[in-house]
Amino acid sequence: MSQDNHLLPDGSTAAPMFEYGLRFLAGGIAVSAFAVLGDTLRPKSFAGLFGAAPSIAVATLLITLSQKGAPFAALEGRSMIVGAFALAAYSWTVCVLLKKFLLSSWTATMAALIVWFAVALGVSAGLFQLS
Amino acid sequence: MIVQFKPSALRQTRWYEYLVRFVLGGAMTVVAGLIAARFGPVIGGLFLAFPAIFPASATLIEKHVRERKEKAGLPGARRGKEAAALDAAGAALGSFGLAAFGLLIWLMIVQSPVGALVLAAASWLTVAVLAWEVRRWL
Repeated sequence: MSQDNHLLPDGSTAAPMFEYGLRFLAGGIAVSAFAVLGDTLRPKSFAGLFGAAPSIAVATLLITLSQKGAPFAALEGRSMIVGAFALAAYSWTVCVLLKKFLLSSWTATMAALIVWFAVALGVSAGLFQLS
Repeated sequence: MIVQFKPSALRQTRWYEYLVRFVLGGAMTVVAGLIAARFGPVIGGLFLAFPAIFPASATLIEKHVRERKEKAGLPGARRGKEAAALDAAGAALGSFGLAAFGLLIWLMIVQSPVGALVLAAASWLTVAVLAWEVRRWL
C-alpha cells in the first residue's frame, strides 16, 4: 500500500530530500561564484582557469564529509584526479573544434562531452578495475 | 601580460544568464551526489570534474564578444569563437590544478578534513596559475 513518504515519523525520506536541496543550493552558489569571478578577469585565457575551478567538488565534499565520512571523500578525490585529466582533454578538444573547425560554442562543447566520458570512464576502468 | 580585474564586465551578463549557471551548477551537484550514492565514490568522484556549466559559459562568452564587435561595426562571429576557444584553453590548464586538488583530498582528507580542503583549494589555484604562466612563456 502506498503512503506519503514525507510523513514517515523517522524522517528517512525527508532527510535525503533535505540533503539534495542543500547540495543544489551549495552547488549553485559555488558554481556561480567561480563563474562571476571568471567573468571579471582578463585576459580570457586566465579567466578560463576558473572554468576548471573545484566548485562542484567543494560543495559536494563538504556534504559528503558530514554524511558519508572521510574515507568515502578520499576515494572521490582519487577519482577526481582522473576526472580532471578528462576535463583537460575535453577543454583542449573544445578549443580545437572552435579554432580549427569553427563550430559554434554550443555544438563544440556538447560534441566534446564524448571525449570527457571516454577518458574518464576508460582510464577509470583501466586503473580502478571497474566492473 | 597583466591579469586585470574588470567588474564592469558583469554588466554584460543578464539576470537569466546568472540563473542558468546557478541552476546548472546546483543540478550537477545533485546529480554528482546521486551518482555517488548509486555507483559509489569511484564513479561518483569522476563527476566532481564534469564540465557542467562549460557549454553555457562558452556560449555566453561567444555571444557577448560577438555582440560587442557587431555593435562596433566589426564582424563578430569569428572573434566570438576565438574568445570561447581561449577560455577553453585556460580551462585545460586549470584542469591540472583540479587534479592537484583531487590528489590532496585523496592523500589528506582522512587525517585532516579541514586542512585537506584548505590545502587542496590553495594547490588548485597555485598549480592552475603556474600552468598558465608556463604556457605563456613557451
